[in-house]
Amino acid sequence: MPFGLIKYGLSSSYPGKRFLSAQPELKSSYDVVIIGGGGHGLATAYHLARYHGIRNVAVFEKGYIGGGNTGRNTAIIRSNYLTPEGVAFYEESVSLYRQLSNELDYNILYSERGHFTLAHTDSAMRTSRWRAEVNKHLGVDSELVYREDLSRLIPQLNLSEDVRYPVLGALYHPPGAIARHDAVAWGYAGRAAELGVEIHQGTTVTGIEITDGRVTGVETDRGTVACGKAVQAVAGMSSEVARLAGIKLPIRTIPLQACVSQPMKPLLDPIIVSGSLHVYISQSDRGEFVMGGSTDPYPRYQTTSSLDFIEGLMSHVLELLPHLSEVQILRQWAGMTDMTPDFAPIMGETPVDNYFIDAGWGTWGFKATPVCGKRMAELLATGSVPPLIAPFRLSRFEDFSLVGEKGAASVGH
Amino acid sequence: MKQMQCPLNGWRNIQEFAHGGEVLDEPDPNRCTDLEWAEYIFIEDNKAGLVKEWWCHVATAYWFIAERDTAKDEIVRTYDPNELFKERRDYTRPEAPEEKR
Repeated sequence: MPFGLIKYGLSSSYPGKRFLSAQPELKSSYDVVIIGGGGHGLATAYHLARYHGIRNVAVFEKGYIGGGNTGRNTAIIRSNYLTPEGVAFYEESVSLYRQLSNELDYNILYSERGHFTLAHTDSAMRTSRWRAEVNKHLGVDSELVYREDLSRLIPQLNLSEDVRYPVLGALYHPPGAIARHDAVAWGYAGRAAELGVEIHQGTTVTGIEITDGRVTGVETDRGTVACGKAVQAVAGMSSEVARLAGIKLPIRTIPLQACVSQPMKPLLDPIIVSGSLHVYISQSDRGEFVMGGSTDPYPRYQTTSSLDFIEGLMSHVLELLPHLSEVQILRQWAGMTDMTPDFAPIMGETPVDNYFIDAGWGTWGFKATPVCGKRMAELLATGSVPPLIAPFRLSRFEDFSLVGEKGAASVGH
Repeated sequence: MKQMQCPLNGWRNIQEFAHGGEVLDEPDPNRCTDLEWAEYIFIEDNKAGLVKEWWCHVATAYWFIAERDTAKDEIVRTYDPNELFKERRDYTRPEAPEEKR
C-alpha cells in the first residue's frame, strides 16, 4: 500500500482521470443542441443520455460550465411554495436532490438544515399560514411556528421587540437544504460526458437557423451545426438568445447580489429567510455565512456588485443576528436573473417548432435544477409536455393563466 | 452613489427614483385583440443595450423618460414626456352595442 502511494506520487504521467475529455471539434449535426452549460442545460443533457438514449447531444456554453447563475446563487433548496403547481414541481426537485449524490456518484454536499421564512407583519403571518396549508395538503413538511417556538428552534435569532420589524412567527420547512452548487453542474457534466454528450465550453451561440417555422440549426462562433431539436437554458440572457429565434419573452433581466462572510466555527444550523426584510442567510459547510438580499432596483445586463447593496442588506441582517456585527465580509458578487411578471418559470414549447425554452428562473432556478433536467429531457425525447411543467408554458401570458408565485419569493418585490 | 439627472429636480441619488418599465406604444384597448393587449402588458424587449424607459422621481411623483444603456449601466439622456407625447389620449369608452349588455 505505501509503495503504491509513493509510486502514484512519483509517477511522471499523472494517473488522475480528466473530469471532462478534451473538447472535440464540432460535428456537422446533432440530435439535440442545448444552449447554455449551467445546471439546467447539463441536467437536461444527462437525462437525455441516461434515460432516453439520446446521446448525440451538444451543450454550447459561452463561458465555462456552471459559471453563470449556477455558481452565483445562495444554494437554497426547498419546496414550500404557494401555488399547488409550484409546490408539486419543487417537491419533485427536492426528492431528486436528496439522492443526487448517489445518482451522479459525486458528492454535492447536500445538507438538510431546516428553512425558516420569518414573518414580521400580520399579512406575512397570513401568507405563511396559507403556504403551510397548501404545502401540507400536497404532502410537503411545512408548518407555522410562533415566537415561543422560534426561541427554542433558533436560539441565535434576535426576538427582541425593540427593533424596527419584530419577528411574529415563521413558516418552518424542515426539509429545507443547501448544497454545493458547483458540484451539481460538475456532477451532471461529468456523467453526461461519460455517456457521450459533447460539452463545448467557450462556444458562443450567434444565431438560430429556422426553416418553415422549424429550427434546423444553430450558428456558433466555431461554426454552424444542424440540429433536430434545440433548447435554450440561459437564464439571465434568455431575452437576447430568444431574440435570435425571433421570440419575445415576458422577462426583465435584473441583477441579484449576494455575499459571504469570513469563515466562522459552526454557529447557525438552519436557513433563515425574511421576505419582508429581503434577507436570506445560511452558514455553509466551510463556515462562511452566505447572505443574499433583494434584486437590484432596475434592469441591467451586468454582474457588478455595489456598496449600497451591502449597506442595505447588513442593516437587516444585523437586526436578526446582531452578534455578527464584527464579522467581516469576504466577497460579494451578482448574477443576472430572469424576472417574470408572476414570479414563476417559463418552460416548454415556443412558437418555433422543435425549439424549446427553459427560462424565467428569476431567483428560484438552482433549487429546480434536477426536476427541470428530468422534465425538459422528457419533453425533448417524447415531444409531449409533462403535466408537471405544463402550467409553466410560455403561452400562459397570452391567455392570462398566470401562476402567481410572488408570495413565496423572498426577493424581488 | 449613482446619480440620475431628473428633468424637474436636477441630479439626485438613484435611490430616489423608481423604474417604470419600457416606453411602449399602447394599443387602443377598445379595438385591439386580447393577444395584442397581453403582449402590451407582459412582453418586454429587455435589450442588452440602449433602452427607453419610464422613470419616476418618487419624492415629487414626477414621471419622465430616460434613455439608458443596460449593458454599461449608463444613463444617456433624461427628458420630459412632452417630447414624445404631444396630445392627451382619449380613454372614453365607446357606446357598447345594445345586445352585448
